[in-house]
Amino acid sequence: MSATILATALAIAQLALVLAMAMAVVRMLRGPRAQDRVLALDALYLNCMLLLVTLGIRTGSVFFFEASLIIAMLGFVATVALAKFLMRGEVIE
Amino acid sequence: MTPMAEVPLWAAIPIAALLLIGAGLTFIGSVGLMRLSSFYDRIHAPTLGSSWGTAGIVMASMGYFSVLQGRPVLHEFLLGVFVTVTTPVTLTLLARAAVFRDRTEGNPDVPAREPLPPAAGAAPADGEPS
Amino acid sequence: MSRLFPYPVLAAGLVLMWLVLNGFTPGHLVLGVAVSIVAGVSMSALHPAKPRLRRWDRIPQLVAIVLYDIVRSNIAVAALILSNGRHGRRRSGFVEIPLTLRDPLGLAILAIIITATPGTAWMQYDARREEVLLHVFDLVDESAWVALIKGRYESLLLEIFE
Repeated sequence: MSATILATALAIAQLALVLAMAMAVVRMLRGPRAQDRVLALDALYLNCMLLLVTLGIRTGSVFFFEASLIIAMLGFVATVALAKFLMRGEVIE
Repeated sequence: MTPMAEVPLWAAIPIAALLLIGAGLTFIGSVGLMRLSSFYDRIHAPTLGSSWGTAGIVMASMGYFSVLQGRPVLHEFLLGVFVTVTTPVTLTLLARAAVFRDRTEGNPDVPAREPLPPAAGAAPADGEPS
Repeated sequence: MSRLFPYPVLAAGLVLMWLVLNGFTPGHLVLGVAVSIVAGVSMSALHPAKPRLRRWDRIPQLVAIVLYDIVRSNIAVAALILSNGRHGRRRSGFVEIPLTLRDPLGLAILAIIITATPGTAWMQYDARREEVLLHVFDLVDESAWVALIKGRYESLLLEIFE
């Protein structure tokens, strides 16, 4: 019983997260401006991280936690660098 | 059988509910990201996913592994803290960059910054303070 | 002691993070303390401004208010997106708010609170005019937002930091 509930909720949640990632990709491709694309990339990173956490629940392995932590950190650094680039035209001054 | 069958029913229902709330909010945030019409509206959309979207899924994961292993598993909490602290930083930086770009192009969507009155400061406030 | 732990809050946070990540064993406690000593000493080489907290006891109240507001505005923004912005009648806009808070850490925390709450985003702080530009997703009454930010968050942050 509880396995059915959990498996169904997981399937719905993962489907929602994959669709959320797809919509972020649509926004990234559509733009129209550079800041829209960076914002969409940030959302894509976040959704991907959440999808990895749900994958960890599905497989019952703690391994996915480390992967999602690294994705969260990479996403943060990447977005900060891109925002700085939008403002100054260069990352390292 | 998967380890999911070992979770008792009283724990499975709240875990499933938290998962659905978290994924649902993240989904709604992405719908907003795709459908809203201006950049400054869209910047509000991912905060849905980064606040309670993340909190719901992280709490579900914490609950699931705690019940499964019979001891409190808290390391996912760090993920929640990390996302809560970093997302506002990136969004603020991005908003600043967008305001700066729109102002230099003279975009009418953004309120222009009128120069300071001479008593408060000598230099006109047209540049970006670094 | 203060040479080993120049930033006690940072050191305690690092030890706690180490233990949460690796499990609560005596060996990891020793390792975590060692890591926090190295991090604290290397942090003091950067000479960051030491934050001064005046009222510790107000922090739980601030955290509770922020968590409650985040839940509330999550529901509000989700409803607005799903109803297509009250069927096209939602108006968003910029609000300029004069601030009395000047402490850099306090301002940083205010920026995080405002941006983490769905529906409001911190755009830019003008240090010379002591004004902040916010973007509000559902702008009905500008003066209500000014009163909300100043009364609900800024007064508490002023008590904590100044």
